[in-house]
Amino acid sequence: MRAMGVRTKKGPRFLLTPEWWPEDRDLRDPTKRSSGLCRALEPGSPVPVTVKHAPPDFASQLCSQQLRDSGQVTSLFEPQQFQRVEFSRMASEYDVVNLGQGFPDFPPPDFAVQAFQLALSSDFMLNQYTKAFGYPPLTEILASFFGKLLGQEIDPLKNVLVTVGAYGALFTAFQALVDEGDEVIIIEPFFDCYEPMTLMAGGRPVFVTLKLSPTQDGELDSASNWQLDPTELASKFTSRTKALVLNTPNNPLGKVFSEAELELVASLCQQHDVICISDEVYQWLVYDGHQHISIASLPGMWERTLTIGSAGKSFSATGWKVGWALGPDRLLKHLRTVHQNTIYHCPTQGQAAVAQSFQHEQAHFGQASSYFVQLPEAVLRSRDHMVRSLQSVGLRPVIPQGSYFLIADISDFKSKMPDLPGDAEEPYDSRFVKWMIRNKGLAAIPASIFYSMPHRKHFDHYVRFCFVKDESTLQAMDEKLQRWKTELRP
Amino acid sequence: MFLAQRRLCSLDSRAKFLKTIYSSKILGLPASAKMSLKITNAKRIEGLDSNVWVEFTKLAADPSVVNLGQGLPDISPPVYVKEKLSKIAAIDSLNQYTRGFGHPSLVKALACLYEKFYQNQINPNKEILVTVGAYGSLFNAIQGLIDKGDEVIIIMPFYDCYEPMVRMAGATPVFIPLRSKPVDGKRWSSSDWTLDPQELASKFNSKTKAIILNTPHNPIGKVYTKEELQVIADLCIKNDTLCISDEVYEWLVYTGNKHLKIATFPGMWERTITIGSAGKTFSVTGWKLGWSIGPNHLIKHLQTVQQNSVYTCATPLQEALAQAFWIDIKRMDDPECYFNSLPKELEVKRDRMVHLLESLGLKPIVPDGGYFIIADVSLLDADLSDMKDSNEPYDYKFVKWMTKNKKLSAIPVSAFCNEETKLQFEKFVRFCFIKKDSTLDAAEEIIKAWIRQKS
Repeated sequence: MRAMGVRTKKGPRFLLTPEWWPEDRDLRDPTKRSSGLCRALEPGSPVPVTVKHAPPDFASQLCSQQLRDSGQVTSLFEPQQFQRVEFSRMASEYDVVNLGQGFPDFPPPDFAVQAFQLALSSDFMLNQYTKAFGYPPLTEILASFFGKLLGQEIDPLKNVLVTVGAYGALFTAFQALVDEGDEVIIIEPFFDCYEPMTLMAGGRPVFVTLKLSPTQDGELDSASNWQLDPTELASKFTSRTKALVLNTPNNPLGKVFSEAELELVASLCQQHDVICISDEVYQWLVYDGHQHISIASLPGMWERTLTIGSAGKSFSATGWKVGWALGPDRLLKHLRTVHQNTIYHCPTQGQAAVAQSFQHEQAHFGQASSYFVQLPEAVLRSRDHMVRSLQSVGLRPVIPQGSYFLIADISDFKSKMPDLPGDAEEPYDSRFVKWMIRNKGLAAIPASIFYSMPHRKHFDHYVRFCFVKDESTLQAMDEKLQRWKTELRP
Repeated sequence: MFLAQRRLCSLDSRAKFLKTIYSSKILGLPASAKMSLKITNAKRIEGLDSNVWVEFTKLAADPSVVNLGQGLPDISPPVYVKEKLSKIAAIDSLNQYTRGFGHPSLVKALACLYEKFYQNQINPNKEILVTVGAYGSLFNAIQGLIDKGDEVIIIMPFYDCYEPMVRMAGATPVFIPLRSKPVDGKRWSSSDWTLDPQELASKFNSKTKAIILNTPHNPIGKVYTKEELQVIADLCIKNDTLCISDEVYEWLVYTGNKHLKIATFPGMWERTITIGSAGKTFSVTGWKLGWSIGPNHLIKHLQTVQQNSVYTCATPLQEALAQAFWIDIKRMDDPECYFNSLPKELEVKRDRMVHLLESLGLKPIVPDGGYFIIADVSLLDADLSDMKDSNEPYDYKFVKWMTKNKKLSAIPVSAFCNEETKLQFEKFVRFCFIKKDSTLDAAEEIIKAWIRQKS
């Protein structure tokens, strides 16, 4: 190969991650890992570069800066997404019941599918660009629907931005508001994109961990027992704190933050003049009589909160990739600036379908016929089914109050079979999941990937399962568990 | 108020000091009324908030206005494209997440199509990325490959997002204008607008990370020739520069012209990202699907940006697009193939627009490609005295006047220029002609009335 001298350097804060779809077999060989961050810059196969284009080692500079400043190194290598991908890949290679992937394996409700079909067959101009910040019927229904829920006058033009999924809303928010050196408080365990998005914006993630209060012996743990220590949380706020990311209901734990907990977060945000980025994608998925509360509805919070939602999770149509951010104009205007300089428009027809779907829900709100009522009722049964079934093999689920997920404690396995195959530094839960895929035909996601690097070793005894699955999938899960049970040593 | 805030906030210690002074305790203000010094925008978007489209599409939204402004077809997409999407919506699995870097059947279709143009086979997983429109590809490419302190060469006039995207990445845009040869007597063509090779060479230096190429060109409609592309390629290779080639109008070239891909020139594949658009290919701008094609050592960085921004694009639209592509890939030599039939249809509309603008006494620049046409409107000597805001360039005022008084809208070409050079193009206005016949008929009526009024 002749020398090409092509520049390969790029911004250092990106996480070089392979894709989600489990078809690409050519993932990096873990045995060839170089230390941490330089891998973010090195191409997989060496491309000769001229001296001019030797990549400046921004990434390792960043690392050593962080090391110097805080002793807290967040490695850009081996990010959570990499691990999610690897497990999905494995799941497709073996005959497994995949309870790792966080999306439904059943269709969206009929009215939503019909709404999409209508969007495709009515006005052909829906095939063309709509308004950049949101298809008007969608921004209008979001404004009226959520205005009622938040107790807030919401202007569809100033207080609503439609995005490419809630993921896109998060990205837009970080890019709009987080600057070099800003600190962003992230509550662990966290949906794994918060950290790389903070880093990509030049920010510094500051982690605070939900801590488990001990339960009575024999009783199953509950996600509500995982709590923030108020003093510890308060200590994380500094003059550099720009934002706090809240996720309720929480992925992966399934915790639904109580009013008191939200008031604690709210008072600290106000005291320190911090923005709250509230990821509420699972807002309808709450169980056992728990209430989802939007922190933006608390006094003094609307003006400093971005409330992020997802059509994908609301209507079991993750492939539509329609999300939104709601908030005060003084924040939204900056998100609009990012939006118009990144993707500019979102696809029109998906937005039309979501608008129509919300019309349906508005008409049925609070009634038995509402999807937002029916879905959590159905999913609750799946949750309870999974909770019962997992226990039969000695997994100890932590009961979630909300979301698509639960985590199960695998401490018993850790003590009985501590030496599962894996890499030198690989956390136990990761090895366990691989073992479970290969030997028991069940796939899940190790919970440690939802933690910052330094904390992973403390949380390597949990795995995350998704229960938003069809009955047939849960039955297939039961078959695998029954076989597993027979293989357990007495 | 906020301008001062932003300046102050960039000076960390001063901001802290001011926060102490203005804390609500001292002023006795409730927390909600306290002026926030911290809740401000990130520096990367400073100065990027204005947008020509937002302003002008609002103006043209009046239904009585004949809208030849925004590049949005009002013709129907091909029937089979709509049919595909309709069928797909009924398939359950297509309502859930697909592969982040591009739905498998779509990247395979794209690889199959574009392999016909490149000498090498294209790896659908490693050398293609599906993005939220070509706009999204531009963003991913610039974020993934351009660093703070880099320079990026932008050819003027330019599609307006190039400059803010480059600035958002912390880099510096370096502009070079297309210049017209004198055209006494003959019809003015987009091919008369060229880059001066020496001037172009002078723009390259050790900091130049990339050049952004747009062919066919928006707004002029220029289709770069082999020789012109070779000049650019030579400079890229000599200076070890990347090329971001925006080819969204690649199928829309008119008789006597051929679209050439700079990535197919020797030495260019390894340093070029080529961007395409479903919206422009199939007249479905609202699907917002685009793609980047290039060598893995560049594409992987765009993929990284994708993974940390939108993660994945909508599934049903990608599947429908894949199926539409298969239909046309199979009949590339057939006049019925949309890649052949659309430019034929548009060439007629182009010629009609040229004729209309000439009848008004204008000298339009006949585009060799794309679906826009620009014309110098100062020849009309319109009375713009009642257009307020005399700081605006001539063409901004003209378009507002024309929208208000003639019920015909267009886009000012100086919107496609940087601050310093707006004057170079301020007499030009851009008209879009991917419009149905009744829209062009309405435009014709307006122009005929205008002519009558003039005489």
